[in-house]
This record gives sequence, C-alpha cells and structure tokens, in this order.
Amino acid sequence: MKIVVCIKQVPDTKGGVKFNPDGTLDRGAMLTIMNPDDKAGLEAALRLKDQYGAEVTVVTMGLPKAEEVLREAMAMGADNGILVTDRVLGGADTWATSTTIAGALRNLEYDLIITGRQAIDGDTAQVGPQISEHLNIPVISYAQNIKVEGDSVIVERQYEDRYHVLKAKMPCLITALSELNEPRYMTPGGIFDAYKKEITVWGRKDLKDVDDSNLGLNGSPTKIAKASDKVRKGAGEKVTLDPDESVSYIVDKLKEKHVI
Amino acid sequence: MNLEEYKGVYVFAQQVDNEISSIAFELLGKAKDLAKDLNTEVTAVLVGCGIKGLADQLAEYGADKVIVVDDPELKDYRTEPYAHALASVINKYKPEIMLVGATAIGRDLGPRVSARVATGLTADCTVLEIGDFPLQPVPGQEQLHNQLLMTRPAFGGNTIATIACPYNRPQMATVRAGVMQKIEPIKGAKAVVEEFNPGFTPDHKYVEILEIVKAVTETVDIMDAKILVSGGRGVGSPENFKILEDLAEVLGGTVSCSRAVVDAGWKPKDLQVGQTGKTVRPNVYFAIGISGAIQHVAGMEESDIIIAINKDADAPIFDVADYGVVGDLNKIVPKLTEALKTAIAAAK
Repeated sequence: MKIVVCIKQVPDTKGGVKFNPDGTLDRGAMLTIMNPDDKAGLEAALRLKDQYGAEVTVVTMGLPKAEEVLREAMAMGADNGILVTDRVLGGADTWATSTTIAGALRNLEYDLIITGRQAIDGDTAQVGPQISEHLNIPVISYAQNIKVEGDSVIVERQYEDRYHVLKAKMPCLITALSELNEPRYMTPGGIFDAYKKEITVWGRKDLKDVDDSNLGLNGSPTKIAKASDKVRKGAGEKVTLDPDESVSYIVDKLKEKHVI
Repeated sequence: MNLEEYKGVYVFAQQVDNEISSIAFELLGKAKDLAKDLNTEVTAVLVGCGIKGLADQLAEYGADKVIVVDDPELKDYRTEPYAHALASVINKYKPEIMLVGATAIGRDLGPRVSARVATGLTADCTVLEIGDFPLQPVPGQEQLHNQLLMTRPAFGGNTIATIACPYNRPQMATVRAGVMQKIEPIKGAKAVVEEFNPGFTPDHKYVEILEIVKAVTETVDIMDAKILVSGGRGVGSPENFKILEDLAEVLGGTVSCSRAVVDAGWKPKDLQVGQTGKTVRPNVYFAIGISGAIQHVAGMEESDIIIAINKDADAPIFDVADYGVVGDLNKIVPKLTEALKTAIAAAK
C-alpha cells in the first residue's frame, strides 16, 4: 500500500504569538511545529504501515525551511519526503494551494492520501477536501478512526452529535483529527536516518496538469482586503476578596445587571 | 466567467434527520441584510430526501425562494451527492453569494463545492457585509462596489482578516454557528418553491454509510443557553463539576466547558466552547477555573456579561472578563449557589 501524507509547517500559536511593531505577525520570532492535525494524520499512516506494511511519503508545500517538518516526519518513520517550493507559489489561498498540491500528487502513486483536518494558522479545513476534488477521488473528512479492509477504508467520520462509519474504495483522501491518536516520538536512530535520506524538491515545472493562472497570489480567487491584530474588549474589574465577599460581589453585579 | 450573470444571495439550508439546523435560520437572517443592500432576493437551497415540507419554515425565517433538491441518494449527508446537488444548483441558478454553515457538514461540503465550481471560499466567517474592494481607492486598480466582504479570525484568533472574492462567482463563505442573528419568524410566510433534480448516479466517489452512531445527550444545546456556567481544568475532576451544575440549576443555566476538559475526557465535545468547539454568546458566561487561552476566548468573548473565577490572578481570562474574582472556586462556587438561592427566593 502507498500512503501520501500532506503536512504543513505552522507557527506555534500556543507558544505565544509575537507581533511586529506594525501589528503583523513576526513569524521569524515564532517557533514552528508540524501542524497537530497533520501529525495525527502521519501517525495514522505509520500505524497502517506497522499493521499492513506500507510506503509512506510525506509532502509539504512551503518555504525551503519547511524541509524541517519533512525531516521530523521521516525521523518518525516516513519513507520519503517531498518539498514543493517555488517563489511563484507564494501567497496562495486554499484554492491555489490545493491546486498546487494536487499537481504534485499527480506524479505519485497512492492508495490513500491523508491530510490534517485543518492547520492551526489558517484554521480553514479546506485544502484536504479541495485536493480530493482536483484529483477526482472520494474524501472522508474529520476522521476519528481509520481501518483498511481489502481495497477499501473503513473510517469513523465525526459530526457534532454523532459519527458515521463510512466505507470508501481506495484511492481516497482522509482528513485527520488530532483526537485520532497520540503521535509517536522521533527515535535517535530515526533522526540519524532521516538526515541521511534525500529530500525531493519540486518546483513549478514539476507540477502536473496545472495552469499558471491557478497558482500563487495571482491565482488565488480570495484576496485579503485588510488584516489586523484582533481588537479585544478591554478587561473589566478584577477583585481579590475573601470567599464571602467574593460571593456578595458577584450577587450584587448580577442584581445590578438585572440577571436576578 | 461573466460576473454580471450572477444574482441573488443563496443559503445552504442544512438539515439533519429532516430537521433544519439552527445555522440555516441564522444564515437566512444575515442573507436578508445582504440582499437588502444588494437589492436582491434570498434563496434557500434545501437538500435531502423527503424534505419538501420544510420549505415553509425557511420562508418564515426570511427565504423568498426555496430550491428543493430531493433524492433518495441524499437521505443522510455524504460528501459526493451533496456536493453534486449544491454545485449543480450553483451552475444552473448562478448565485452572486453562497453561504454555508461552518459545521461539520458545511466545512466538508463548502470546499468540495468551491473547488468544483472554481471559486474562492472564505472559512468560518464572523462578519459579512457589502462594501468596496479595495476598501480604499488604489491608483491603477479599479475599485469594485457591492462586493461581499468576509471577516474571519485566523492564527488561533490572534488576527482578524477581511477577505473579498472580487473576480469569481459565487462569493462563497462558511459562517460560524451562533454568530449571525435569526429574524423573528414571520408566521404563515410563504416562499416560491422550486424543485430541481440534477440526477444522481453513484460512482467511485460515493461512499457507503455502514452505520450511524448518535451520541446520547440529554443536555440542551449550549449555543441556545442564556446563562452558561463553564468549567476548565481548574475544576479539578469530573465529579467536581457537580458544584457548577448546582450553580447552573439555580440560575436556570447550562454547564459548558473548555477544550482541556474535553481532552481529559471529563465532558463530551458538544459542551466545548472555543475555536474548535462552539461559539456562544449567552447573557451571562461564568468562566470557572478556565485560564482563558485564546482559542477559548474566541468562542465566548461576545457574551454580554463575563464573570471569571480563577485562583491565578494573571490568568488571561481576566483580560476579557467584565467581573473577575481571584480566588478558590471550591470555596466560592458552593457559597455563591446558596447566596443566589436566597436572593432569588427573596425577589419572588
């Protein structure tokens, strides 16, 4: 079985967000990580590899620095890494990103493509389903459990108040939830091996069946009109009192606001 | 693409088990505002099996027209037949704007459809308005009017971006549940109902549903609650949520929680407030033992009154709380419940 996992290097929004004086994100000052949902997708692929035997290829699109997450994935157990990077691909929205990644994946053989549900920087959850549409294969989003049965996958697909157990013929694309599993750690041997392996680097010319008009900033249908640091409601009062006084304070406020 | 051909504000009227989801009514409320600014009509797209009878409800909440796609293949949500239904509606009717709920269904359907009809999609919007793109005139670039301006949080709620889709149609957005306001339903309102079936031929993209497992929950939807008593990791244990439940009961409220509590397995996911949970805006939100990570705040900061109780005086929750109390929730919450009981009884 051949599994392709799409991963993204993202700023670690949990580790504190740094801003430039002009209010834009200072990405250089922020730590980067492998996007958590993608890491769960990779772990799911590695478990299928452990269980059934599979060749796992990780693909990322980004700046040359994104090679770091490919190395990390290979140290966890992925077999191959492909970095899709080119200046003309910069500034892509989800349409242009999914077009680019689909163009790269057309060069590969796959039974299963796994992406994370969403990345913690954009939070859109769009790129996975859009890749599947470009490749004309079925998609199962929000996977909380994945099994392989013959030429099909059996997946638990999460909704707000239920889950569906779905069966799809491979090739198929699955988007993974971080609840899916607890990703394994890199091993020292894995890290050593990962740095011995070659990473394949692809640029614009390596993308298959893709029109220039659908790539990068210019090929993105959505355009940013404005971006700013979020303006939040200011802090209100903060009191430190003993428990009884605290209770009176809250009760008084609820009366004042006619809640009670 | 001749942009002029695209007219009207369309809403995907999500239904589950042949019951219209609240998000559909919320989208209709917003669509009515947008349609007024554009001097056009609101159309609801109702997709399912045996659902034609639901059209009147959509009319009562603001739909001028309802397009019904009714087919046995559409009984339960599956990506491919639903994407085919909605994409076919878009190709035939050419809407200017297409709104979809940012639900577990909409966030799967939206991207698949947008890729199929080759247009942009802005995810998880919190504000939608009609305006100019670029916002200010730029030399050498035509300023377009009557554009859909879609505002959404990004970077875990740290930044906010306004996005347009000026050169493609429809302008598509998914919209967070609980953010837009429904209108007061107009009893007896009728819409023009049109049935449309593009034909459904199962192929390799149709997945098979082997089983549907519904979560058993007796609680009310936290998005409808007027008072929420929300607990975080600081509550300490699943058993200790009892003191929050008691407080909620006195106030006629509902218990909700932070992501940490769901991750720890103390409470089910449908009670989770935040970026990856639900967006709530009750009249009163109690944040008890919740530190106030940005992803949590993004889901509750629009609450009318926020009361925080936390033993850590530096917890970020105090930055958004109207009334913050630094102290031990185990000492304060039970006493608060008793005091409120007395105060409410006295007021009667």
